[in-house]
Amino acid sequence: MAEITMVGALNAALRDALREDDRVLVFGEDVGRSGGVFRVTDGLQAEFGERRVFDTPISEAGIAGAAVGLSFRGWRSVVEMQFDAFSYPALEQIVDHVAKMRERTRGRVDMPITIRMPAFGGIRGKEHHGESPETFYVHTAGLKVVTPSNPADAYRLLRLAIADPDPVIVLEPKARYWAKQDADLTAGGPGIGEGTVVRDGDGATVFTYGAMVSRCLEAASVLADEGVAARVVDLRSLSPLDTSLIARCVRETGRAVVVHEAPKTLGLGAEVTARIVEEAFDFLEAPVRRVTGYDVPYPPAALEHHYLPSVERIADAVREVVAY
Amino acid sequence: MLSAFDEQDSRGIRVASEPDHWRGTEPLRVLAPDGTAVGDTDVGLDPDELRAMLRWMRLARRLDRECIALQRQGELTVYPGFEGQEAAQIGSAMALGPDDFVFPTFRELAAALVRGVDPVQYLAYHRGTWHGGPYDPRTTRFGPICIPVATQIVHAVGYAMGLALDGARACSLAYFGDGSASEGDFHEAANLAGVFTAPTILFCQNNGWAISVPTERQTAGEIVKRAEGYGFPGVRVDGNDVLAVYRATREAAARAYAGEGPTLIEALTYRIGAHSTADDPGRYREEDEVSAARAFDPIVRFRSWLEGQGHADDGLLADWDAEIESEVLAIRDRVISQPAPPVEWMFDWTYADPPPAIEEQRREVLDG
Repeated sequence: MAEITMVGALNAALRDALREDDRVLVFGEDVGRSGGVFRVTDGLQAEFGERRVFDTPISEAGIAGAAVGLSFRGWRSVVEMQFDAFSYPALEQIVDHVAKMRERTRGRVDMPITIRMPAFGGIRGKEHHGESPETFYVHTAGLKVVTPSNPADAYRLLRLAIADPDPVIVLEPKARYWAKQDADLTAGGPGIGEGTVVRDGDGATVFTYGAMVSRCLEAASVLADEGVAARVVDLRSLSPLDTSLIARCVRETGRAVVVHEAPKTLGLGAEVTARIVEEAFDFLEAPVRRVTGYDVPYPPAALEHHYLPSVERIADAVREVVAY
Repeated sequence: MLSAFDEQDSRGIRVASEPDHWRGTEPLRVLAPDGTAVGDTDVGLDPDELRAMLRWMRLARRLDRECIALQRQGELTVYPGFEGQEAAQIGSAMALGPDDFVFPTFRELAAALVRGVDPVQYLAYHRGTWHGGPYDPRTTRFGPICIPVATQIVHAVGYAMGLALDGARACSLAYFGDGSASEGDFHEAANLAGVFTAPTILFCQNNGWAISVPTERQTAGEIVKRAEGYGFPGVRVDGNDVLAVYRATREAAARAYAGEGPTLIEALTYRIGAHSTADDPGRYREEDEVSAARAFDPIVRFRSWLEGQGHADDGLLADWDAEIESEVLAIRDRVISQPAPPVEWMFDWTYADPPPAIEEQRREVLDG
């Protein structure tokens, strides 16, 4: 076991993938010489050469579209969108081709493309640097969407994404990039499509993902002192969503809160809530509560702590469903 | 022999003037519109290959017209015709080698025929039985039919980057139109191609119209001149001169094979028909313009030259036409006998390993 940050774990995942499969390419803006604006690709160009790890022009549609063309030629592209909101020029390529090419060619041409993007807020960033774009991608058939909450899972999910025959969007919670963990990167774990219980409890289940996982764990500690045993589920895989885990937790705890940074309307909480209602309605002891960002643009740094779900807002929601 | 200008004369138009969007840089031309040679006609094809070129053009036109009829009869969904663009497509497609890969738009049936795509599988797209076209892009080296304007140009550049990484002696070719050249994806593709010295050919069929908007409303400049800004050669070619198109494409492919990178080709042609069977050009363009453009018909031009060389005659063409008629009718029969695909196909290829929710939805549909 060694202490490692999420940036370090992601870097190790890329290095190991490049080493094990010589068809893997890493490209994007500033990922070569500089090693990426968050240093996730640090040292990779020096180790694997400019042929396999290279900088591109500022050209997000070009990056995503080139990955499609490279897939026709049997290359496995791992590309970086520098920030969440900078992925939008690539949306047409991602929605129309990355997601659909396998279906359009009746399975003859796979798109084993990994699209990494630093996502979500909490780093006192400028505008367009703190967005939660997951609903766009989760709503697009043909894509998988994952988001790790800790270094070990970041390594695992990125390796799984690169090995996957289908395209995977990896949303990297930049607020957790530098958090350290004692982690064994080679340990096994759940696959894409599986969530995981990160804290057990039988009083209520808090479903969350990304940077909000650590915040929900904090809230669970506060609640434990009050005698409320909150279970925390790290969804990890936003598409496919682990419906059976969601249903099981609601059957076992009877109460549910969904927490995410994205705006409430049509955020992932809407889908999780709908699945709870479809799969476990009879077990509900209280209405499902959502603690989310608001239906406004992500605010400036001075206000972001009002926007992001706080430990107090999360704990209050759990208290409310428990007291119902 | 019918002259290219006869139709003009019969309509009382004294002089055939070139379409407006052909103005500017003089295009590479081997044959004048009346079929007389104005350049070196030895493009490296023997008489059999030259005859094949004309036969492809005649087959393509006959099939294109059949497809429009099939749409009118309710047998195809909306169909985008390509009449007038046979030389641009067939000259360029014939210039490619077997390892080269084409990324088409939705108007390249003629190029698909030349590349060996089964027209029935191609037309399954317009029959509405599958997206993309159910032919195999890996074996035909012809990408899926692509509707989102200009997006396929980036794929061609990515594919070419992959060829260069593999050290393969081959290139990709992206077809696109004058309207596509206004999209961001054209510019991103061209820029990437230049930066990565990608072995690709960006082949613009400038047919004068993007649905209802003429080229002059797409760009105030010439599309060909953009190549310079991206750091590679641009070639303007008479897109209705099949020999000139063939030569320009061969030269671009040779550059790509030699590791010299991309070439932009702007082929000046004209969309004789509507944008698609859903479009009514009477709303935005004068019939006189179309009549004038017919004077530059690519098939009449090439036939005239080929007959003048003694490589073809009325008898040969009559034989072909009989063959083509039965070929097209056979294609028609196979197209209209295509059944709807099984409903489970909706679920079969979205993911290599479908998640439980999709499997559940498949069962829901199958169990009715």
